[in-house]
Amino acid sequence: MSIRGVRIKIEELSHRYTSKSPITFDKVNLEARQGEIIAIIGRSGCGKSTLLHILAGLLKPTDGSVRLDDVLVNAPSPQWVMMFQAPHLFPWMKVSQNVGIGLHFAGWDESKMRDRVNDALDLVDLQDYADNNVQDLSGGQQQRVALARSLVMEPELLLLDEPFSALDAFTRASLQRDVRSIAKRLGFNVVIVTHDIDEAVLMADRALIMAGSPGKIYDELEVNLPDPRERHDTEVQAMRTRLMEAFKTAANEHPSTSSKDASDESSPHNVTQHA
Amino acid sequence: MSDGVASFKVGDSKSYRVLKSSGRGLYNFFGGLAILFVFWWIGGYFISINPSTEHFAAFGPIPTLKAFPELWSAGTIQNAVAASGYRLGMGLLIAVVIGVPIGILMGRSKRFREISNSPFQLLRMISPLSWMPLAVVVFATWNQSIIFLIAIASVWPVAFATAAGLAKIDPAWFKVARNLGATPIHMMTKIILPAISFDVFTGIRLALGVAWIVLVPAEFLGVTSGLGYSIEDARETLSYHHLTAIVLVIGALGYILDSTCVLLIKHFSWHRGDSA
Ligand SMILES: Nc1ncnc2c1ncn2[C@@H]1O[C@H](COP(=O)(O)OP(=O)(O)O)[C@@H](O)[C@H]1O
Ligand SMILES: [Mg+2]
Repeated sequence: MSIRGVRIKIEELSHRYTSKSPITFDKVNLEARQGEIIAIIGRSGCGKSTLLHILAGLLKPTDGSVRLDDVLVNAPSPQWVMMFQAPHLFPWMKVSQNVGIGLHFAGWDESKMRDRVNDALDLVDLQDYADNNVQDLSGGQQQRVALARSLVMEPELLLLDEPFSALDAFTRASLQRDVRSIAKRLGFNVVIVTHDIDEAVLMADRALIMAGSPGKIYDELEVNLPDPRERHDTEVQAMRTRLMEAFKTAANEHPSTSSKDASDESSPHNVTQHA
Repeated sequence: MSDGVASFKVGDSKSYRVLKSSGRGLYNFFGGLAILFVFWWIGGYFISINPSTEHFAAFGPIPTLKAFPELWSAGTIQNAVAASGYRLGMGLLIAVVIGVPIGILMGRSKRFREISNSPFQLLRMISPLSWMPLAVVVFATWNQSIIFLIAIASVWPVAFATAAGLAKIDPAWFKVARNLGATPIHMMTKIILPAISFDVFTGIRLALGVAWIVLVPAEFLGVTSGLGYSIEDARETLSYHHLTAIVLVIGALGYILDSTCVLLIKHFSWHRGDSA
């Protein structure tokens, strides 16, 4: 599969859900290099998911623009695909049908589709599961199918919304490693939204800290560590400490108002650190 | 090593259990029918020894079973089943063609659901047969009237089951599909319909139950074909063994149709646990 990344350019992006609701985030500016993996860290409710939906063209911004190599994002497209916390597979389809569904929508013929689906299943190490019922797979395997379903479209940009937070630590670690290595091998861009500082350190080239309400990006750190990254490497540990510090500073200076944290079911503790 | 042995044993006992349970199923099936037959036979016996009911003795099981070859060679059963089957099939088809879109609309549009709730609940509670006089006036033939009655009896279960199926759809499926380039037609054929087919067939099964009950009395009047007509005809010609034979055909056919629906429901079910 041949994939290449894009330059992402987000300018003065603002959003509110309705004219009555508060501003979700205000004048976000962000650029990413071609093939860069960026992580956006922030507490629940600061607008990370909303930002990602706008990047995917699934929501419209109230103001500002998102451009990928000068193409304006204003509708969903298989060129920029999003993955969620749950895999949301189609349970009436086999693994291979789930993976090939985007190609089917695009009108591919059967034999080309089969080859491409097999390539994608190879990428996520599920080549032996093509004919399985997706409901028989483990949570981690299901998330791998969802990943293959996104990758099969050869996207320029993969958007991940806390995609591994529902998995056990071991499965999460292997997916974090694999997604980074696949992205680096194929060259596409990744934007990953997380409240897990470890995840940012293990996966990203650059970490951005989002805080406050309305949300805004207050700080960023280059995560220039060699691959493969292991949790217990001293460099990884040091980077985690720095990121944690930066996060605390931003969060203290720009506290999110009131009880919004409670509205996010995905994170009992807003920022988690795995020991 | 011990793992292999254990899993072999589990697999073995499982297939054994399946065999045993299907054996028991057959046993129950025929045993239950035999008991029914015995009760029928006893009833028939008492009717035949009582002088005041003596001439109804043909209601018993033996005369009834003897009636089958007569009815079959005369083509009565085949013709009645064909005529009733046609009306039932057309009525159900119309109910599905109208009910499924209505159900989808109810499931997808909150506005439509809210505004349609009161009229639909009211219409649903009208006994289908009470439309009969109206239908006879509106439609040119009795045949059409009966099809209308079947359709109006069946449309509600289909529509409400479809709406219930839509309510269970994970909204993220639409988001994923939209993201991967689905057109509205793909959304319908690849996401909505497969997701709700289980519920639609459950609705059709309920509809069939109602339609089957409506069909026979609807055929008592006007038409000269069908299972209901055959019963009326047998009664008027005092051939009581024919009458019970047709009643038996109605029960058996209804049972077969319902079982077919159950198989279809199982086939289209993607919910873990109630398939396989
Ligand atoms: N569909 C919606 N309608 C109105 N407000 C919403 C909607 N979705 C999220 N919000 C609000 O927007 C804010 C940002 O939410 P979200 O983007 O989900 O944050 P995060 O992903 O960082 O937890 C929250 O205050 C949330 O309550
Ligand atoms: Mg979120």
